[in-house]
Amino acid sequence: MKSNVVSYNPSLDQSGLDKPVAFVKPKVKTANRSSKQIWMENFFRKALIVIAVLMVILVLSILLTLIVQSMPSIKALGVKFLWGKVWDPVTDTYGALPFLVGTLITSFLALIISIPFSFAVAIFLGEYYPDGWLSNFLKNMVELIAAVPSVIYGFWGFFVLVPIIRVLEAKIGAPTYGSGYFAASVVLAIMIIPYAASLSREIIRMVPSHLKEGAYALGATRYEVIKNVILPYTKSGLLAGILLSLGRALGETMAVTMVIGNSPALPHGIYGIFQPGNTMASVIANEFTEAAGSVYLSALIELGLVLFLVTVVINVLGKRIISRFTND
Amino acid sequence: MINKFPFKTLLASGALMLALGMTACNGGAGKSGGNDSTSDDNTLLGAGSTFVFPLFSKQFDEYNKQTGLKVNYQSIGSGGGILQLTNKTVDFGDSDAPLNDEQTTKMGAPALHIPMCSGAVVLSYNLPDVKDTLKLTPAIISDLFLGKITKWNDKAIAAVNPGVKLPDMAVAIAHRTDGSGTTNIFTTYLTQVSPEWTTKVGKGSSVNWPVGLGGKGNAGVAGLVQQTPGAIGYVELAYAIQNKMAFAKLQNKAGNFITPTVASTSAAGNIPLPADAKVSISNTDAADGYPLASFTWALIYKEQNYNNRSADRATKLLKLLWWNIHDGQKFADSLNYAPLPPAAVTVAENILKSATYNGKAILP
Repeated sequence: MKSNVVSYNPSLDQSGLDKPVAFVKPKVKTANRSSKQIWMENFFRKALIVIAVLMVILVLSILLTLIVQSMPSIKALGVKFLWGKVWDPVTDTYGALPFLVGTLITSFLALIISIPFSFAVAIFLGEYYPDGWLSNFLKNMVELIAAVPSVIYGFWGFFVLVPIIRVLEAKIGAPTYGSGYFAASVVLAIMIIPYAASLSREIIRMVPSHLKEGAYALGATRYEVIKNVILPYTKSGLLAGILLSLGRALGETMAVTMVIGNSPALPHGIYGIFQPGNTMASVIANEFTEAAGSVYLSALIELGLVLFLVTVVINVLGKRIISRFTND
Repeated sequence: MINKFPFKTLLASGALMLALGMTACNGGAGKSGGNDSTSDDNTLLGAGSTFVFPLFSKQFDEYNKQTGLKVNYQSIGSGGGILQLTNKTVDFGDSDAPLNDEQTTKMGAPALHIPMCSGAVVLSYNLPDVKDTLKLTPAIISDLFLGKITKWNDKAIAAVNPGVKLPDMAVAIAHRTDGSGTTNIFTTYLTQVSPEWTTKVGKGSSVNWPVGLGGKGNAGVAGLVQQTPGAIGYVELAYAIQNKMAFAKLQNKAGNFITPTVASTSAAGNIPLPADAKVSISNTDAADGYPLASFTWALIYKEQNYNNRSADRATKLLKLLWWNIHDGQKFADSLNYAPLPPAAVTVAENILKSATYNGKAILP
């Protein structure tokens, strides 16, 4: 508008009557969508559908591949595979129980160890110090934990954590293996902290301030606000964060392999968690390259199928728990 | 319009993706593998043993400088190499153990085993106060790894190590957890010397270990041994030498205690070999041979005309392997591999000469 005024020129004024019309006409036209726009709209929508379907197909074909490839093992071993305790490639005897138990023990123990830390970080960064350089620094540091490649955790666990655990075991009178379920759980716990922490922090920050202010107005202390307002308000989100980190723990391979001791034995006795064990993911990674027999290879793939199903079941259960908490 | 779900698009894309998915499945099984990867005539493809990889990369590099032929060797493990050769996606495989019956059947056509070099497995231990080199017998090793000897001052160990002050320390066993040729060599040896090991554990690239901790790779086992006082584990000779680890002398069949070296490993292969070279040289009859040793074999099809391979390609492959067992051997020693003894070279020559293209011998 301003430039029009400045560049006012009487010679142009002659066409002044036509010009507004000429400008208005395209405006009317933009309100009607051109065929190109409609085509683009349809194309975009279809592309989204195709990509969404592609994802579903991808997951299903992974499942299908696992089932097809594990048929020789399913035929040879039957359901015994699930509760067999012996894994012996020499005699073609395969039982997944020690690895199934190992995966569940390390994942849940890691979860229990990590929860206090991830919630503490989330509350600190979400409620106490949501802004400022210290908060940013801490937030980036926690997120960096997730960015470090898992093999580096494996190295650290193997060279630093395992000797420390060995000293600890000697103090409490447990067998001094060092490597074992406990070492693997601690490494996993550290690795999964940022998953729950980041999500929980975002959710805690989203608690409406009028709820908190209301509680403060009623004379609540900060601890009471966290306990009675923030945590109840955010519980489904916090559970989702835990679920996310559990999923990560179930499938972690490299770091676990390096510190778990890789022995296909079930834990027993009071020092069971200090025993060396094994997980499904690490057995697959360890033995896949040299699995020569067809049943052997197939048994490893079946182990992958079991891991896949365990992950699905835990995810579905987790979702149901979250929705139940949310409905209450 | 928005609520109307386009089932046609969904079905069409679904069917397409499912088809793609199925094709991918078949591809995974390797049945549809064509000749695409072998299109470049001046590059030979190999896959297999990780053990021999450092030697192969040196040899192939030298061969490339001399002849211009490129060799792309993927060290994916013996089992993987055999699988790739079975699927005919590589020109040669390499395995630390001869093909077993199942693998031979799957191969479909006769395959040749050409010894490339030999390697040894050593027993490395961590006894901080023992300065002398420990001596071990086959029976002791088997009892240690079966969990029957649990203390280092056991009578059996003391009997063969007179004058060595053995500590009252618990034995910690370390073994490979990843499937490996090293484990295969070690367990094959134990089945040869201990009937009890044969019935309880057996041999293979992975076995069901009665006791001990598993480490990933040579480095994993070495790390466990170095961290744990009282530990004993097995690693490749080359790895142990490069990392200056303490390792035991081993009693061979002739009753001599042999220090594992490149020379004593080479000596282990200096025995009468069968014409197909499919022989275990562990527990060797050679009096100066280290008993825990094995060949690593390159594997090729006896009839080289398959999958539309050219005669030129077959000749290049045979010439490469011929060079490997002759000129290539001089690179072995510096990398701590044991070169083939003269008798083994002769056997390998005859095996290479038996390879054919359309039934005709390739090498003169």
